[in-house]
Amino acid sequence: MFEYAPAPESRDVVDIKPSYGLFINGEFVPGSSSFKTVNPANEEVLAEVAVASSDDVDRAVQAARKAFGVWSSMPGAERAKYLFRIARIIQERARELAVLESLDNGKPIRESRDVDVPLVAAHFFYYAGWADKLAYAGFGDRPLGVAGQVIPWNFPLLMLAWKIAPALACGNTVVLKPAETTPLTALLFAEICQQADLPPGVVNIVTGAGETGAAVVAHPDVNKVAFTGSTEVGRIIARTVAGTSKKLTLELGGKAANIVFEDAAIDQAVEGIVNGIFFNQGHVCCAGSRLLVQESVQDQLLDSLRRRLSTLRLGDPLDKNTDIGAINSADQLARIRQLSDLGEQEGASRWSPACELPEKGFWFPPTIFTGVAQSHSIAREEIFGPVLSVLTFRTPAEAVEKANNTPYGLSAGVWTEKGSRILWMADRLRAGVVWANTFNRFDPTSPFGGYKESGYGREGGLAGLEAYLDV
Amino acid sequence: MVSTVTTSLADVASSDATLRAFLHGLPGVDRVGADQRAAMLGTRSIKTTAKAQAIDLAISMVDLTTLEGADTTGKVRAMCAKAMHTAEGAPRVAAVCVYPDLVAVAVSALKGSGVKVASVATAFPSGRSSLEVKVSDTALAVAAGADEIDMVIDRGAFLSGDYQKVFEEIVAVKAACGEAHLKVILETGELATYDNVRRASWLAMIAGADFIKTSTGKVSPAATLPVTLIMLEAVRDFRDVTGRQVGVKPAGGIRTTKDAIKNLVLVNETVGDDWLSPDWFRLGASSLLNDLLMQRQKLATGRYAGPDYFTLD
Repeated sequence: MFEYAPAPESRDVVDIKPSYGLFINGEFVPGSSSFKTVNPANEEVLAEVAVASSDDVDRAVQAARKAFGVWSSMPGAERAKYLFRIARIIQERARELAVLESLDNGKPIRESRDVDVPLVAAHFFYYAGWADKLAYAGFGDRPLGVAGQVIPWNFPLLMLAWKIAPALACGNTVVLKPAETTPLTALLFAEICQQADLPPGVVNIVTGAGETGAAVVAHPDVNKVAFTGSTEVGRIIARTVAGTSKKLTLELGGKAANIVFEDAAIDQAVEGIVNGIFFNQGHVCCAGSRLLVQESVQDQLLDSLRRRLSTLRLGDPLDKNTDIGAINSADQLARIRQLSDLGEQEGASRWSPACELPEKGFWFPPTIFTGVAQSHSIAREEIFGPVLSVLTFRTPAEAVEKANNTPYGLSAGVWTEKGSRILWMADRLRAGVVWANTFNRFDPTSPFGGYKESGYGREGGLAGLEAYLDV
Repeated sequence: MVSTVTTSLADVASSDATLRAFLHGLPGVDRVGADQRAAMLGTRSIKTTAKAQAIDLAISMVDLTTLEGADTTGKVRAMCAKAMHTAEGAPRVAAVCVYPDLVAVAVSALKGSGVKVASVATAFPSGRSSLEVKVSDTALAVAAGADEIDMVIDRGAFLSGDYQKVFEEIVAVKAACGEAHLKVILETGELATYDNVRRASWLAMIAGADFIKTSTGKVSPAATLPVTLIMLEAVRDFRDVTGRQVGVKPAGGIRTTKDAIKNLVLVNETVGDDWLSPDWFRLGASSLLNDLLMQRQKLATGRYAGPDYFTLD
């Protein structure tokens, strides 16, 4: 028996302050009240964080408006220098950012270290490159003004990068609200802006809950709203913004189909299924939460998948060998439990590998539901947790029909060794991203966004510039 | 995993057509995905007690190898001494691996030690000779007392699609082995694609291999992690279908403790406990042993000793 000894990443690399203010006009200022942010792996309070009232938000928007004059009139090549500098500092402080992200979010250090933080730096590098080339992108080079941005808790720093990097490259200034359960890396990013000598007011970070976010979105002097989060909140934001001149992009929920054909490279498909739904504890809007497997290989694939799940390592997010970390919050855990229980009640069979859950903190074992039909709630509703619903299909046409039969349309995966079938499927799948023989792969050059209730607008790549320019 | 197998695997090789249909019917390997999986397993952090356990396990799995034109009786005797006495408190290695003409030397040097004698054979490393020569090469080594035979497959025949020829050679060599265990070297660096690695693995296992081995060590790339991963998947799936367990031996290019531990992690998370012993997993290497011994001492004492404190044999 080869047991891996604990291999914890040291948390000493990051200096967490007992309390954090709001980052407005290049400085940290106190808020009127505060809330606590906890480590979801053990419920330890990490820090007190200020709540931005609507007055605080107003101050932040004013600061951003004032900075817009300086920032938008600066030559693109000069803006690029700041963005390149930020990207390099992110690389230099990568360990610190990764540890803090894992502490505040609960995701395994392996992911924050190898996926989140490198992608964050890559995103800033990528959009830094666009700053002086906007004239060639095809959307003009006039920025919109102040961008109000609200981001979720699943990829706190990465979503920040997706929002801030293109906004700044195009000459906008931003007021960003991180999620209430994961504000700390955004606040560390604010320090990085100071370290990079970014002009005051170009980036403002206002922390708080839904009310703060609503104030950002509703502020009359905000020209652009960008939101990533639930479809429910996205609807409220769309209503708020309706009838104003604000531009809006929404990146919302998903219920992606990961489609495995009988001629797929089975071992890699199994890895792709695991990466599709258990990456980041399934807290991924584009997660492959519905496995559509061709009936002829169902048994073989599920046997392999169960065997593979038995090797997943759940536990301390800071342990370098952890594959599955903590659920981000008690609320989210309750929702995952509720939907999983519903899955059983509606007749699907539930399976999890033998797996010990820590006593403190928020934990849910990797779970597979088989015998799932399209009509089951767990096949239709976004669970946003490590729960996979397995459905079957007989023909390519049936796979397309089932994959598209959802109100969402964010992503899809196709597993086959046949190139022509990949193209045939990609043509027919109503999803913003179609992955072929892989899943959950991101790159700053590739646009990301949804169809239908998964939202509108694209982030990343050339297409991502459009959202931040006055086209 | 190979659900298409309805007849016994012996029938698969009854004709060139059935053998080809079977091998080409195996699920494909996606290179990007396989590389990614191997790279991810390579990031496992093995520290403290786990590292100590892994180092001793790795030492016990080493096939200490010398395969040079300059090999002499003296060189082989010295290597055998090292194989038996690795370091104070450390396990002995699994086997020594030499050319057929030096088997008798190794056998007498290792008598009673439990260290096995492996011999390469079949016109190693290229395999470019007639079946008669390959069989007598094998017989020579077995007669000299080899416990294990490391044969090479005919890569030319494999790449030209003559699977039947490869199959029949392995069967013939296996017969010449008698009691000796047969390791079949696929020389994956020359097979080039991962699909070929999977097919060659199955071909060797169907033909009766006791072990499948990546490389001769004379061709680069030799034992890469993704190739070892694919071969581990093959032995796992083969046992699911036939009930027979086959061992795996990556060889060539494994020089550091880190490399060895990555291999053990691969075994642990792909096929598990059943393969985590020298009976089922070997590391073919020459310089690896001293790095393992050096890291072993560092772990025990907290300090690195200079290279002069480790014997060169």
